Amino acid sequence: MPLGYFLGLSAIMFTVGVLGVILRRNALVIFMSLELMFNAANLVFVTYASYYQILIGQIFVFFVMAVAAAEVAVGLALMVAIFRTKHSIDIDQMSSLKG
Amino acid sequence: MLFQEAVMNSTFSLVPLVVFLPILGILLNWLFGKRLGEKGIGSIASLAAGGSFVVSVLLALALLQNHEGAHIPLFTWISVGNLDLSWVFRVDTLSVTMMLVVSGVSTLIHVYSIGYMHEDVRHQGEPKRFRRFFIFMNLFVAAMMILVSADNFLMLFVGWEGVGLCSYLLIGFWFEKGEGGLGNAKAAKKAFITNRIGDFGLLIAIFLIFWNFGTLNFAQVFEMVPSVAQTQPGVLMAITLFMLLGVTGKSAQIPLYVWLPDAMAGPTPVSALIHAATMVTAGVYLMVRTQVMYMAVPGAQQVVAWVGAITALFAGLIALGQFDIKKVLAYSTISQLGFMVAAVGLGAEVAAIFHLTTHAFFKALLFLSAGSVILGMEHGLEAGSHGHGSNHTDGSNHTDGIHHDDPQDMRNMGGIRKKMPITFIVYLIGALALAGIAPFAGFFSKDEILVAANQGNMLIFVVLVVAAFLTAFYMGRQVLMVFFGDARSDAAKHAKESSLLVTVPLMILALLSVLGGGLNFPGVHTLEYWLEHTLEIPHATEFIVPIALGSLAVALVAIFLAYLVYGRKPLASAKAADPLAKPLGVFFRWMNQKFLVDELYQAVVLGPYKKLADFFAYPVDQGVIDGLVNGMGSLTVSLAGALRKLQTGFARTYALSIFVGIIAILVYLLTRI
Amino acid sequence: MTRMIDIYSILPVMIVAGWALLLLVVDLWIPRHRKGITALLAAIGLAIALGFVLASSGNTILGFNQMVVLDGFSSFMQVLFLVSGMVAVALAYDYIQRMNINHGEFYVLMMFSIAGMMLMSQAYNLLMVFLALELLSIPLYVLTGFARTRLESEEASLKYFLLGAFASGFVLYGTALIFSATGQLDFVGIAAVVTAGSANSVLFLIGAALLLVGFGFKIAAVPFQMWTPDVYQGAPTPVTAFMSVAVKAAGFAALMRVFLVLFPSLSEHLTPILWVMAALTMIVGNIVALAQNNIKRMLAYSAIAHAGYILMAFVAFGNGEVVGNTVAATLFYLVAYGLTSFGAWALVIVIEREYGKGILLDDLAGIGKHYPWLGVAMLVFMLSFAGVPLTMGFWGKFYLFRTAVQAGYIGLAIIGLLTSVASAYYYLRVVVYMFMKPGEPKLQINPWVSLVIGVAALAVLLLSLIPWTILELASRAVLLLQ
Repeated sequence: MPLGYFLGLSAIMFTVGVLGVILRRNALVIFMSLELMFNAANLVFVTYASYYQILIGQIFVFFVMAVAAAEVAVGLALMVAIFRTKHSIDIDQMSSLKG
Repeated sequence: MLFQEAVMNSTFSLVPLVVFLPILGILLNWLFGKRLGEKGIGSIASLAAGGSFVVSVLLALALLQNHEGAHIPLFTWISVGNLDLSWVFRVDTLSVTMMLVVSGVSTLIHVYSIGYMHEDVRHQGEPKRFRRFFIFMNLFVAAMMILVSADNFLMLFVGWEGVGLCSYLLIGFWFEKGEGGLGNAKAAKKAFITNRIGDFGLLIAIFLIFWNFGTLNFAQVFEMVPSVAQTQPGVLMAITLFMLLGVTGKSAQIPLYVWLPDAMAGPTPVSALIHAATMVTAGVYLMVRTQVMYMAVPGAQQVVAWVGAITALFAGLIALGQFDIKKVLAYSTISQLGFMVAAVGLGAEVAAIFHLTTHAFFKALLFLSAGSVILGMEHGLEAGSHGHGSNHTDGSNHTDGIHHDDPQDMRNMGGIRKKMPITFIVYLIGALALAGIAPFAGFFSKDEILVAANQGNMLIFVVLVVAAFLTAFYMGRQVLMVFFGDARSDAAKHAKESSLLVTVPLMILALLSVLGGGLNFPGVHTLEYWLEHTLEIPHATEFIVPIALGSLAVALVAIFLAYLVYGRKPLASAKAADPLAKPLGVFFRWMNQKFLVDELYQAVVLGPYKKLADFFAYPVDQGVIDGLVNGMGSLTVSLAGALRKLQTGFARTYALSIFVGIIAILVYLLTRI
Repeated sequence: MTRMIDIYSILPVMIVAGWALLLLVVDLWIPRHRKGITALLAAIGLAIALGFVLASSGNTILGFNQMVVLDGFSSFMQVLFLVSGMVAVALAYDYIQRMNINHGEFYVLMMFSIAGMMLMSQAYNLLMVFLALELLSIPLYVLTGFARTRLESEEASLKYFLLGAFASGFVLYGTALIFSATGQLDFVGIAAVVTAGSANSVLFLIGAALLLVGFGFKIAAVPFQMWTPDVYQGAPTPVTAFMSVAVKAAGFAALMRVFLVLFPSLSEHLTPILWVMAALTMIVGNIVALAQNNIKRMLAYSAIAHAGYILMAFVAFGNGEVVGNTVAATLFYLVAYGLTSFGAWALVIVIEREYGKGILLDDLAGIGKHYPWLGVAMLVFMLSFAGVPLTMGFWGKFYLFRTAVQAGYIGLAIIGLLTSVASAYYYLRVVVYMFMKPGEPKLQINPWVSLVIGVAALAVLLLSLIPWTILELASRAVLLLQ
């Protein structure tokens, strides 16, 4: 398959992720959108790792997965903490700091 | 040999002390002065100035071994691009000569001030200001030393401004006194503002130098002068003339001399030190230092010579019509500074420095002796009012402009010779030296200037001879009015000789005024050989017998004439008119009123300026500019309010902002590809 | 093969990270009311690392197959990070007790973040850049929300986290595009491919633009700055102080390292973008700061504005003649800004009665009268912030403006000058409130915080007199950059 397909798919995934972050109000869905962005990048990495026959592209993906896991761990912990005080994970309700 | 050199170089590296000893004096007096009492304060200040003098002597001795001198860097403040702001001391024969004069005369005047200010602070009713006086005096010494030891134009300017500040502070020392409680403050302000005009000129000159030479270092600038003179003579002309404007401010030349007579509002030691012996010669020093630049543009030299000569004549005429003992000396100072400036213009720098030095001796002597006279008069005033009740006239008859208890008015004096014999003798010596009577110091130095004029420009020569004649005449007039005849007021009747603390420095200065001519004695020319290591001396000074005899004769004739007018028949009373008033008529009135120059400036410059300032202050500034600024201000504030609203607090808005930023960047890049 | 020299090249980073791990365990045995010990241990760890940084400075080493580099630039930056960390520990010690968030993990997280920053200054491979970025960011998300159960802290943390991860996504995607364009991740390899001309220029350019977005987020450049005021306001104040100095410096470290090594060839396209970003950052930061009453928010906008000044000098990154000056001026400014900033934030800590309370301008009233030394110190900081001539801030701005003018961006320099004048208004307003309004301030003065204020004020004063010492150090750091 030509490289263009992979790149196209990855670009679509990334755009969906970005739009998800901007448009959705539920924090969990936003997390998922962020993961989508990360995975779009991962797709590019593995594609070109195989294209250039270079291992480091694939290794990068493992690092990204680990980092994403760490990030999500922190994010979910935050969410739990917020849900305890606020009883909601609608991020639009978190707007007391402004101006 | 090596050892000797090492000693010498270490001597040169002492030079920062000439600035830092006075500063140490300031610190000590500032921190501990309150507990020390007057004697302690005076001693510290005098020792600080004396220490500077000792260091200067050491430097001079080292220079005898190594004429080339040295550059002693203290620290680099910052160097930005090719602007190198370093504080470097320059030790060469010229700077050390100035250091010797400044610190030597200062030391004597400091000692004198201990006695003088002891009386003065009590007379003025503010004994607490004793300490302040000595702090300012030490500050002045430090600033003056920075000025003369500078190795570049910037440090020179720092010192130049520093002495200007001290001058301002000391003129206004009794700031709440004087005419209507404001007189002294006004005098100080006048000195300050007039000097700022001059400083403005100097500053422009410095900017031009940096702009065209790329450096402010003396040696580097002077090295480049010949080539710049070739390529851009106009620039050099502008630099030298702007510098001359600075000189006319600091050294009280036409047109900016008007501040100096008013500066006599300061205590007498200040008049002696700052406004006669040292600070006002800074302009002369500057021109001598930058002699290379002036020599490269003969046109500028001509201007300088004429400014000096005309000032010498003009101020001499005004001096003739004054009654205040210090005002006479002030105008005499202006006139003598004119001689020096003219000498620089004529290319006779050595003569200028020579006259500067001897003038420092005898003019300091005259001012200090005048101070002694004033002290005596004040004493007499108090003794008179105590002994006889208040039988002297009060201020009711002011029609002739005499204040009958003014201790500075010569018409109130007379016959002081017998009351204050020491003061009389030293005053006489000073007056003879100033008048140019051989073998006193002034004779030799003035003669050198006249010789240079004779060889350079006959017209200037004539003007200077007339000025010299006037000098001898008004000094004769002054001595006769003050010391001879009978006492014309109670104060004069009860005048009393001053204390030793006052008279001893006078005697030393008198000795210097007698012997000062030896510095550059005809045929020996010590000073010339000394200075030639630093200055270019185009033609050696000659001693021309006819000119020397001629100038001596002129002076003697002038004194004789003064005797005929004022000596044979002294003023009858304090209210009597000056004997010259009648024959000279209106002209004498003019001289007395200083040719109305102050009024002229008031009408031509200050009045319109004030109107303009009012115009800018009210309609323009408060109307247009303020409106504009306030408008900008409120616009900014409303903009801030609007931008603030964008910060909604919603995380999604912030993400959108990032997204919009990226889209903008990508769209821009895609149009470029 | 791992060689000793590789270990040596990142030894300080390893020390900080390892020490943090150990401390995490040791902290379990330290009772809650004696967390001062943890603070002390953290400071000792940072000090040891600082010693190693100083000892190894002056070398230039490419370690781990060119994954990391040790050079003058990284040493300079690491000193900055480690000192910032120690200052932050000193500021936090009393604060987290007062705010009742006294957990040992605070210091541990801070050390992890510092390790990330240090790695960032050494990264010589895009993988390392990404890892360092995440390592410095994730602990900060937690630190921001450290005062949990307080809503503003949680809100700040959530916003920071979401937007930070969002920006990381762009960095990651940009890295992926660069990889796709060149087939390389390490700087040496990418630079070689670009020089050879065999890279896909469109993908490479877009990748560079996406990296710019990610770094722009970290340094809070407009339009990626919007998180800054909210996060700075909501986070515990010592964390804010740490972020405003160290994170910003780390962002600039990444920006400079990546852009100066990889993207000089793109400067033709990127320079106009940077120009606009710099101009907007200076304008928005300074203008919105005018409208703030909350000192934390005001300082946040001021931090944005200062990033704008640095960015102004950075616009010329592709101009080989002035780039040396750019880096030197930036490093100098980071030091000047860091010192001043810590001083100002320390004052906020002193006046903050309860979490987020008592930090309005009105709360400054009377400080000048009742605590004159504090008032004078704050005066020094504000004058330096405003760039009043002969203060350290002035010299910093002077060097930045000079670089911009040298590179020919006169218009930008004029914008900088005008906004800088406007900034004097809100900085001096602080001074006016302190010295001219009557009031009875109640301050929470702690010896450690006082020490920070005093040292910062003295350092600012001293370095105002001898700015060239730091500039000289910064210039030497530049030489080893490429």
